[in-house]
Amino acid sequence: MKFELSQFWQLGDEKMEKTFGEFLEPCDEYEYLVIHFSPTSMPLQQRWRNNGLSADFLSEYWATFLPTGGGPTEEQRLEFKGAVNYIANELLENVMKFSYEPADYPVSLGLYLFSDEFRFYTSNAMDPQQVDEFQQRVQRLLEEDPAELYLEQIEKNALGDGGGSQLGLLTMIGDYGATLSWRFKTFECKSGEATVVTTMVRLQF
Amino acid sequence: MVMEIKDQDYSVVYDEASATITCDGLMRLRGTEEYAPIVALLDQVKDLAPATITLDVQNLRFLNSSGINVLFKFVIDVRELGKSELVVLGSSLVPWQGKSLKNLQRLMPQLRLKFI
Repeated sequence: MKFELSQFWQLGDEKMEKTFGEFLEPCDEYEYLVIHFSPTSMPLQQRWRNNGLSADFLSEYWATFLPTGGGPTEEQRLEFKGAVNYIANELLENVMKFSYEPADYPVSLGLYLFSDEFRFYTSNAMDPQQVDEFQQRVQRLLEEDPAELYLEQIEKNALGDGGGSQLGLLTMIGDYGATLSWRFKTFECKSGEATVVTTMVRLQF
Repeated sequence: MVMEIKDQDYSVVYDEASATITCDGLMRLRGTEEYAPIVALLDQVKDLAPATITLDVQNLRFLNSSGINVLFKFVIDVRELGKSELVVLGSSLVPWQGKSLKNLQRLMPQLRLKFI
């Protein structure tokens, strides 16, 4: 069975689908855990605190599934937990920051365990006005040298006007060696058009 | 003079006698706005311009990307002012530090990064 957006949400006909990078559909053939919620059901500030709780829980929970006996050392386990915690927290922060309220679309974070890698999936509706800009940004993330982009962004932020740091995705790639890809689906909905972005993060171990 | 910011999850303290900024706890604040008081404290330390500033993050167990950006900005500001040397103390037992602190030296090659 494939994970379908319509399982959880009534959207109209799909108008367009576009992927960036090697996007693989989430599937439930392996072990997985999905957190699914409405970003508007409680104040953002209150919900924000839950990000840390969720990320802590997810990293502790999945660390128990790492092979033992001749498997990872305590140090590797700690590193794995740190990576899952950091990435899960960043992804949750992103879906909350960029979730488009008028679409009233729930957000989700799914973690899937495979034999040699871990996959994170997040979904949220985006502001239609921001889709083009974000797609250009992910294109750069895929095509350019991440180390150079990382430094460029840091220097830019230091001079900046206080907007978002845009370092979340860059740190996942540059510091944690994660591979990212995206799927954009545009639907008709009550308020016009909605684009749902699904971000996939692969972490090898 | 001691400058400090304390929250239930984290603290940032500057001790002028040792010119040391100590960051502890878990920092998962929301964007630039919530980090503003910490940015202001770091700015003040930069302007005090002691010969050597020590930034001790050994017990900072979690820092989100907005917080990493705050550290990067501080290092760049100290570098640009050119009045202080910078020593950063990290812990090899805290995963994010092993992953992200090395970038500080790419921003300021003369920075001394010590993992304890």
